[in-house]
Amino acid sequence: MEALKTNIKIDAKGLACPMPIVKTKKAMNNLEAGQVIEVLATDKGSKADIQAWSKSAGHQYLGTLEDGDVLKHYVRKSSNDEAIEKNHPHVTSNEELANKLGTGEDIIVLDVRESAEYGFNHIPQAISIPLGELEENIRELNKEKVIYVICRTGSRSDLAAQKLTAHGFTNVINVIPGMSQWEGRTVSIKG
Amino acid sequence: MTTRAVTSKELTRKIFNKEDLFILDVRNENDFNDWKIEGEKINYFNIPYFELLDGVEGILDKLPLNQEILVVCAKEGSSVMIAEMLSEAGLTASFLQGGMKAWSEHLEPVKIGDLKGGGEIYQFVRIGKGCLSYMVISNGEAAIIDATRMADTYLDFAKNRDATVTHVFDTHLHADHISGGRKIADESNATYWLPPKDATEVTFEYAALEGGNVITIGNTAIDIYALYSPGHTIGSTSFVIDEQFLLSGDILFIDSIGRPDLAGLAEDWVGDLRESLYSRYKELSEELIVLPAHFMMMEELNDDGSVSEKLGELFAQNHGLNIEDEEEFRKMVTENLPPQPNAYQEIRETNMGKVSPDAERQREMEIGPNRCAVR
Repeated sequence: MEALKTNIKIDAKGLACPMPIVKTKKAMNNLEAGQVIEVLATDKGSKADIQAWSKSAGHQYLGTLEDGDVLKHYVRKSSNDEAIEKNHPHVTSNEELANKLGTGEDIIVLDVRESAEYGFNHIPQAISIPLGELEENIRELNKEKVIYVICRTGSRSDLAAQKLTAHGFTNVINVIPGMSQWEGRTVSIKG
Repeated sequence: MTTRAVTSKELTRKIFNKEDLFILDVRNENDFNDWKIEGEKINYFNIPYFELLDGVEGILDKLPLNQEILVVCAKEGSSVMIAEMLSEAGLTASFLQGGMKAWSEHLEPVKIGDLKGGGEIYQFVRIGKGCLSYMVISNGEAAIIDATRMADTYLDFAKNRDATVTHVFDTHLHADHISGGRKIADESNATYWLPPKDATEVTFEYAALEGGNVITIGNTAIDIYALYSPGHTIGSTSFVIDEQFLLSGDILFIDSIGRPDLAGLAEDWVGDLRESLYSRYKELSEELIVLPAHFMMMEELNDDGSVSEKLGELFAQNHGLNIEDEEEFRKMVTENLPPQPNAYQEIRETNMGKVSPDAERQREMEIGPNRCAVR
């Protein structure tokens, strides 16, 4: 199983409730908004609890992988993505992107969410380059093709689209709102 | 300030005695809504423990100042932490030892009565799940009916009364809880009886329990008379013990009747259920004390915590026994059924011996209320 990149990993294996959540909450304080934590736990109840806690605390629960007896939970720290003003002029809707994908046209779908977000749920054709790693990987992208940039809500993809434009890309379209409302087919690391 | 542990036994006794209780349940909301500690005089407040990690100040106005607050969680850990926080805030707090896991497994034995030829019959009230099982003891021999998977509780109980378990019965193939019958029979070299019509797929040896079988416990001939009464399952069998007690399994409860759908054959078994209740049971003495395999509501408990009622009283009071129109009866037991018990298919397969989940998985499978009845 390919590893999901995370910003911090905490080990709560062998610990009973409430410790997995107590440790996660504490570690979360040291994370920046939008960063991803991986929590290893063996307490089976931790799966339901981390989901419920994430929801109540405003964090984004990404998913849980099972590796033998070990549960690996992935949570992204709350960020105020939605509040950020979007500036990239070329935008499209989820529906239009879905139609485009249906035509089989040769386009690039660039998913700029964190690796773990992508891992649990992404459009089959999408390639993953998290926003924070875009500059160093920008040469992987073909300037001749139309690039649809997508994230969860359209904010990170807006920043990514601006960055690409600044690097001379001319055919860049931001998909709004993005994966939070995506209704088409997706794939997951969980299979 | 310190907190104290409250055992499931202590809590059971408080509920039997109808004491005023305040429970702070710190499990997730949906777990609480699905299944909680029930009692006639319990006040609750539910908030998940992880909402309280930064302190309990926010909920102090929801809690009583002059009453012990019993904190409850799934397995104990979080409730200890929250009880300590409450205690530091100046409240009187305790926690349920072993959490809901222990609560689900607690069996409280209650003596139902004496047998004519000498001996006693006990009801084991599994208060957290509403399951009822029975032990008949006479002259050094014991029989157990509808045992839960907590086999040791029965074995110890029999041992403390110098009785050897010789016969173990299941009234039917259970779908809501894992039977301890086979384990008890294995450990005590007893005969394990099952109705053959429910046992067509079982993977182990058993004695075929047929209507009309009479099994004697102890030298003093305590007769256990088997009465074929299908409907909840096709094999469901009742027992008349010592001509005094009717063990009705999941066919007839105090305030409800059995549901016929847990093996997927509701439509087929409605007629059987009706005949068992409206014909076969009608022929029995109204003086028989009905001892069911479940209760649904705490109101069904008698003052001593037992669950029992005279058959004649049930014919007068139980709605499910008083529906004259067959079509109306069919509708009631096949439509608007409550949700099926948690993991009921896996539980059935476990009881058939087809799968052998570990203890932890068995616990998980049984989480939640039993839901074997329709009202």
